[in-house]
Amino acid sequence: MLEFVLERGNYWAIIGLMMIGLYTLFAATNLIKKLVGLSIFQTSIILFYISLSRIDGGTAPILYGKDAKGHGGGHDEAAGAHGAASEAAHGASDAAHGAADAAYGAADAAHGAASHGLEHVYSNPLPHVLMLTAIVVGVATLAVGLAIVVRIREAYGTIESDEIRETDLEVARAEYAVDQADEANPV
Amino acid sequence: MIAGYSGADLAIALINVLLLGLLFVVGVAIARMRSLFAIVMLSGIYSLISATWFVALDAVDVAFTEAAVGAGISTALLLGAMLLTARTAKPEKGAMQIVPILVVLATGAMLVYATIDLPAFGDPDSPANTYVGTDYLERTPKEIAVPNIVTAVLASYRGFDTLGETGVVFTAALAVILLLGFGERSLSATFNRKKDKQ
Amino acid sequence: MAGPRSDHHVILRVVAKPLIPIIALFALYVHFHGDYSPGGGFQAGVIIVVAVVLYALVFGITPAMRAVPPVFARSLAALGFIIFAGVGVWALIMGGNFLDYDVLFNEEPGGHMGQHYGIIAVEVGVLFAVAGSMLSIFYAFAGRVTEIKDEDW
Repeated sequence: MLEFVLERGNYWAIIGLMMIGLYTLFAATNLIKKLVGLSIFQTSIILFYISLSRIDGGTAPILYGKDAKGHGGGHDEAAGAHGAASEAAHGASDAAHGAADAAYGAADAAHGAASHGLEHVYSNPLPHVLMLTAIVVGVATLAVGLAIVVRIREAYGTIESDEIRETDLEVARAEYAVDQADEANPV
Repeated sequence: MIAGYSGADLAIALINVLLLGLLFVVGVAIARMRSLFAIVMLSGIYSLISATWFVALDAVDVAFTEAAVGAGISTALLLGAMLLTARTAKPEKGAMQIVPILVVLATGAMLVYATIDLPAFGDPDSPANTYVGTDYLERTPKEIAVPNIVTAVLASYRGFDTLGETGVVFTAALAVILLLGFGERSLSATFNRKKDKQ
Repeated sequence: MAGPRSDHHVILRVVAKPLIPIIALFALYVHFHGDYSPGGGFQAGVIIVVAVVLYALVFGITPAMRAVPPVFARSLAALGFIIFAGVGVWALIMGGNFLDYDVLFNEEPGGHMGQHYGIIAVEVGVLFAVAGSMLSIFYAFAGRVTEIKDEDW
């Protein structure tokens, strides 16, 4: 039971943060405070994605040691050989490539599921990429939202959503009254 | 029971608890504050603490981006917008706070219920960590030969994704320019003021 | 902002002046070292903008607009997007798929030159687009502020 809670405590904490952001978004009447709540909500979702990508005993997804030299370096030499080799040698080197790939597959099988043919364990890079772009898009959309808030301030003189709604209602009532007057007393 | 948590793992668990606690304190402070300047500054601090937590989770690229974008640019933009609008927020009405609290509690309870089926934190065999993610790890040294796998996936494997996303940033800049103008009005205002003085 | 005569923020000015070129230099390091360490076009673009924002906050928005004109910022954003899409079209012209860097230099299988230079070119496009867009957004907001008085803080 304790282990179950420890393994999922992070998710629950992140859900708590998410709900704080959602509460700020709902409860605040000030539009800028609403946007800050939205950005807290967004950051919490990014935290959730990244916590899913972590692997026990893993490290940042930047190849180092044998992983960086063994594969990349070896293939650079192979590329050099390619450049020097004539068309006749091409087929032979392709065969060598196939043998290398087969050896690679055997090494993969020997390493087992956790290490995936690499010497070190790395955390999952895919959520990192997705969230990296999400952060930059998030600030761009935040800027658009803030620009709209600035325009609302210039048009209404306030950025409290309930006051904006009251102003809208008054204008609508006044326009409606004018329309009805026209209909009631046609010239 | 805590046999699996020893040495470095225990240190990481403690860092997690500390940083998540800090995030909670900052989040609650933002929800309760009324001074917009304090709210904006605290949102920058929130981004910085979450960037620290990303480092603890081995996501160094994300941490870098969050520190530069979340704590740097977005704080500057929020400050700029705050200066153009208002300094303080109106207090929320007491009776009206019940509805959002109920909605938030219901949503949170549903999400916590959903986490029961999620894989454990740091599980190497979870579905998210087994298929395409490890495939990128295995293929990058052979196909791209770049040590930083995040860069390889971002610019090469998912280049089309990044192209669209650059387009989104560009479009957002266009939208802001359409809404607020180029910002060159302040230049002419300064020149006019100098002329008036002369 | 305080005028050039008032030495109200003299410490801020003295500290900011040497810091700004170092920030810009760090952005270039982050960009060109992005293959080997954390970093890349997005982060570098934002850090360059931070240098300009710091200059604008300390010395005023007008000198900043004179140093980096807004028209330059928005042209840079468009140019960056064109560079990114242009690499894709280059790959199309060379007979491959859109953004398929392997065909860029017509090298034989196993070569990594196309991938290497393709990634660098794309990252330059991202750098330009992000830096130009973010700077345009900052100018749009900051350009509307007529005066920031010290009493307001």
